[in-house]
Amino acid sequence: MLAYTAKRLLTLIPTLLAASILVFLFVHLIPGDPAAILLGDTATPEEVAQLSSEMGFDHPLYIQYFIWLSNVLKGDLGTSIFFGEPVLSVIGSGAETSILLASMTMIWIILIGLPIGILSATKHGTWIDQMTSSGAMLAASIPTFWLGLYLIMIFSVTLGWFPSSGFPSLSDHGGITNLRYLLLPSLTLAAPNTALIIRLVRASMLDVSREDHVRTARAKGLHPTRVAIKHIFRNALIAVAAAFGFTFAALISEAVVTETVFSLPGIGRLVVQSILRRDYPVIQGVILVIVVLYMVINLAVDLAYARLDPRVSLK
Amino acid sequence: MALLEVQNLEIAVSAKGKLLPVVQSVSFSVDDNETLGIVGESGCGKSLTALAIMGLLGGTTVRITGGSIRFDGMDLLTLSERERRSIMGNQMAMIFQEPMTSLNPVYRIGDQIIENIRQHQKMTKAQARDRVVELLSLVRIPNPSERVDSFPHQMSGGQRQRVMIAMALSCDPKLLIADEPTTALDVTVQKEVLDLMADLQTRMGTAIILISHDLGVISETSNKVAVMYRGRVAEAAETESLFLELAHPYTRGLLNSMPVVDSDVDWLEAIPGRVPTLEEELTGCAFHPRCASATELCLTTVPKETEFKHGHSVQCHFPGKVAP
Repeated sequence: MLAYTAKRLLTLIPTLLAASILVFLFVHLIPGDPAAILLGDTATPEEVAQLSSEMGFDHPLYIQYFIWLSNVLKGDLGTSIFFGEPVLSVIGSGAETSILLASMTMIWIILIGLPIGILSATKHGTWIDQMTSSGAMLAASIPTFWLGLYLIMIFSVTLGWFPSSGFPSLSDHGGITNLRYLLLPSLTLAAPNTALIIRLVRASMLDVSREDHVRTARAKGLHPTRVAIKHIFRNALIAVAAAFGFTFAALISEAVVTETVFSLPGIGRLVVQSILRRDYPVIQGVILVIVVLYMVINLAVDLAYARLDPRVSLK
Repeated sequence: MALLEVQNLEIAVSAKGKLLPVVQSVSFSVDDNETLGIVGESGCGKSLTALAIMGLLGGTTVRITGGSIRFDGMDLLTLSERERRSIMGNQMAMIFQEPMTSLNPVYRIGDQIIENIRQHQKMTKAQARDRVVELLSLVRIPNPSERVDSFPHQMSGGQRQRVMIAMALSCDPKLLIADEPTTALDVTVQKEVLDLMADLQTRMGTAIILISHDLGVISETSNKVAVMYRGRVAEAAETESLFLELAHPYTRGLLNSMPVVDSDVDWLEAIPGRVPTLEEELTGCAFHPRCASATELCLTTVPKETEFKHGHSVQCHFPGKVAP
C-alpha cells in the first residue's frame, strides 16, 4: 500500500508538468495586454512597455514559462498584478472559505445522498422510490445559480433565517456560528451532486441485488435490512466511491458560480475576478492548485477503491 | 410423516398483468437420510420449486398460488417472514449452481460462514471461527485454518462450491437443497463434490433435494427421482424402479439423448421440438407436441397422475407403452 502510494505520487510528476504547460499557455490565449489592462485607459505606451518588462511580459513565451516554473518549484507562484501580493497568500486568503464550503457540501452529499439512495433502491418500484427518483431528477436539472438565488429569496429575504452573502472567517467574531453563512451556499452546491449520488447508489444497488451472492445472503435467513446494507450497499459502494472523485471535480467548477451568487470570498470567485482583471499569475496559480488537488483526490479514490474491493490488487 | 411434504404446489409468474402458471400441482416428499433427485430441462420449473421451498421467491414476480409445503411439522406457507427466516440457513439450507458468483466478493469466506452461524446460534466470533475451520476441513479444503481468511476470488470453482456446502451445513440442517451444484464445475471436480455430499449425508443423516438436468448425476446419487416437464411431475419413482421400466415418453427421450461413452454412435438421439413457452396456450398433455405416440386423447385431455407400478407414478395416458 505504501509502496504503491509512493509510486503513484512519482507518476504524478510528468502529469503535473504537462498540466503546467497547458495552464501557462491557456492563460496567455486570453486576449488583451495585461500591462495595459493593469494601468488602465489613461496609460501611455511607454508606461505599458515599462511595466511589461518589469513583469517579464516582453520575454518570449517559453522563457516566461521556465521562469514561472522554476519559481513555482521554489514555492513562489508569482505576484498578483492586481493585489501586488504573492499569489500563494492571495489563494490562501480564499482557501478557508472554499475548503469549508467543499467540506460542508460533501457532508450534505453523504448525509442526504447515501440514505436516500439506499431507501430508493430498497423500496424499488414503490411510490417512495418514484418520489425520490423524480426529486433527484429535479435537483439534478436545476441550475445552481437559479437554486442559489431562490434559496436567498426564500430563506434570507422572506424568512430572514440565514445571511444572504459573505463569509466572515471562523476566527472572526461569531466563531463557529459563522458557518451559518455557508449553509445556503453548501446546500445549493450539494443539490445537483446529491441527486447524482442518489441515482448512482440506487442504480448500483439494484444491479448488485440481482447478483447471486445476494441470494446466498438471503438464504442465510438474514433480515432484509442487513442484506441491503451489509451485502448490497457494501458492494454498490465500490462504484459510488469512484463517483466521488468526479463529484469533487464538479464541485470545483460549480463553486465558481455559487461563490459568485453568494459573494463568498472563496477561490471560485477569485478565479472569476482574476479572469476579468487579466491577473495571469493568480489564474495560473489557482488552476495549478486545483490540478494538484484533483490528482491527489483521484489518488485517494484509487486507494479507497482498493480498500473497498479486495479483488483490486495494488501493484 | 416425511420431513418435507410438497403438495399440489402451484407457482405462477406475473407478466403483463397476467398470471402464467410455471409449476402445476407438483407433489413429492423427502425424508431424513434420503436424496430426491429432480430432473428436467431448463425452464421446467425445478429451480422455482426449490426456491419456493427455501422461501427465496420474495422480491420477484413469481408467486406461489396454491398447494402446501410442510416441513418438519410446520406449514411453511403460513409462517411469518420472521419465522421463515429462522428456518432458512438453519434447518434448511441451499447451495446454488454458480459457485463463482454465489459468495460475496468483498468478504473473507470465513466471515461469510460465521455470519450464517451467528445468525442462528448463540456463539462468540472466536467459537464460530473454530467451527468454520472444522467445517472447512470437513469439506476437504486444504489448510482450513489459513483458508478461512481467503477471499472468494482466491479460490477455484470447486473450492468455492465446497465453501458453499460448508456454509449450508454450518447449522446442521435437516434438509439441504442443491440446485445444479455441479453444473458449473469440471467433470472431475463434479464427482468429488457429489461424493462429498453423499458422504456428509451418511454422516449427518441430512435429507437432500438434488436438482439437475443430468440424469447420470441423478441416477448415481438419488434414492428417488421426480422427472419434471413444463411445470409438472411427469414421472416419479424410486430410482431403481424408474430406470427399470420407464413409463413416460419424456423420460425415455431424456435417457436416449444421453451419450454413452463406450458405444460408438454417429447420431445422438434428441427429443424433437422444444419446450412450449409459457405464453403458448396448450391443451391436453404438455408433452404431446413432441411425443411420437401422441393420440387424439393426448391433444385434448391433461393426463391425470396414475400409479404405474407400486410407488411409481406417471402423468401419461399410455404409461409404459412408449415407442423405444
